[in-house]
Amino acid sequence: MADPLLVIENLHKKFDHLEVLRGVDLRMNGGDVVSIIGSSGSGKTTLLRCVNLLEDFHEGRIVVDGQEIGYAVKGGRRVRLPNSIVARHRALTGMAFQTFNLFPHLSALGNVTLGLIRVRGMKKDEAVAIAERWLDRVGLLERRNHYPGQLSGGQQQRVAIARAIAMNPKLMLFDEVTSALDPELVNEVLNVIKDLARDGMTMLIVTHEMKFAYEVSTRIIFMNEGRIGEEGPPSEVFNNPKTPRLAEFLKNSSF
Amino acid sequence: MDYRFNFDAVWRSFDLLLAGLGLGLGLAVISIFLGSLIGLVAAFAMISRNSLLRGIAVVYVTAIRNTPILVLIFFTFFALPQMGVRLGKVESFVVTLTIYAGAYLTEVFRGGLMALPRGLREAGLAIGMTEWRTNFWVIIPVMIRNVLPALSNNFISLFKDTSLAAAIAVPELTFYARQINVNSFRVIETWMVASLMYVAACYVIAAGLRRIERKLAIPR
Repeated sequence: MADPLLVIENLHKKFDHLEVLRGVDLRMNGGDVVSIIGSSGSGKTTLLRCVNLLEDFHEGRIVVDGQEIGYAVKGGRRVRLPNSIVARHRALTGMAFQTFNLFPHLSALGNVTLGLIRVRGMKKDEAVAIAERWLDRVGLLERRNHYPGQLSGGQQQRVAIARAIAMNPKLMLFDEVTSALDPELVNEVLNVIKDLARDGMTMLIVTHEMKFAYEVSTRIIFMNEGRIGEEGPPSEVFNNPKTPRLAEFLKNSSF
Repeated sequence: MDYRFNFDAVWRSFDLLLAGLGLGLGLAVISIFLGSLIGLVAAFAMISRNSLLRGIAVVYVTAIRNTPILVLIFFTFFALPQMGVRLGKVESFVVTLTIYAGAYLTEVFRGGLMALPRGLREAGLAIGMTEWRTNFWVIIPVMIRNVLPALSNNFISLFKDTSLAAAIAVPELTFYARQINVNSFRVIETWMVASLMYVAACYVIAAGLRRIERKLAIPR
């Protein structure tokens, strides 16, 4: 069996005194599409942000593609690695945010090429070629010279996904990417993600779109109070909840 | 009022006024440029998690903003030499205006940085850029565009403050105007022309800055 692409062991995260993650373990293989569901405050988004090192974590380890990220043990003590190394670890994963977070002063093309040029060190022509390929893939090639302020929410999110994927990450993280969108714009974004799943992209998805999670995922994780409450293939988790907490959550969700 | 305007004395020395205006503009450009660099660094210090950096920036801004600029000019020119720091009058004024500009621009930049959505920085980090690169390629370019109108205001204000250099005999526009006034007794004409020259210069600066604002505006 191949080495897992993502290993999370005993992950703990506190905000002041509030323990948001209370020992999370997770393994993903290449090509897995794992969706995390659960109510607000259950720790879904925090878990995702730890994998991208946008949050510090206090205990546990995260290994992406064989590399332990963010921290190392030096002289018996756990230390956070210097920013330059953290930046390199972050580049192993790509992240799409709930609020898109495009760079407003750059065109769609500029948003995608910035990382290719400044992080990957590519020549401009090369970066533009790659960026255009990905913008085409998300259906926005003809909008490449538009600025974020001139695009709809759904279009902005598709550019944001192209920006993340163009960096060629090992693992894509999606943090409630449709929550800020008008209902009629949700599908264009979900279709892009489904398309990537068909391509074999490894993805960890936090979502409230239950139908989408059911369709796209190889595995569902139900987070409850900072722990994994239940997990399994979509058909099992959605149709045969084993805990009353998940049954209640599914009853209250529009699935 | 029965007064006959006579601008002869002013026109005879008009080249001096122009030279003075040129020097004032030069002083302003240098001070604003250096002050912007100080302001940028101090603004990042202000929002830093490091309390020592934050403390230094707060003390700097508080001390400078709460001292009248004329007092700062006199302090640098008269008091510093007593403490062993000897500067020519032009250099002394540039140092003062730079430090003064820096304090005001710190607040402008700090406001701009605070107003940015948190997600912007995170988006830069998420594609693997370091904090420095994210600041350089994303945070600063977006922040500067947002604060341009406030910057323009400050730039014009700082240019007008160059008139205070006359107090330590820096030969800029106000200095020469006073000289012409004293030598010719053409008080009204002299100050009228000097005022109009300031107005014209400020108008041109403002128009130029508005052009830059339009050019850099984030398209929507």
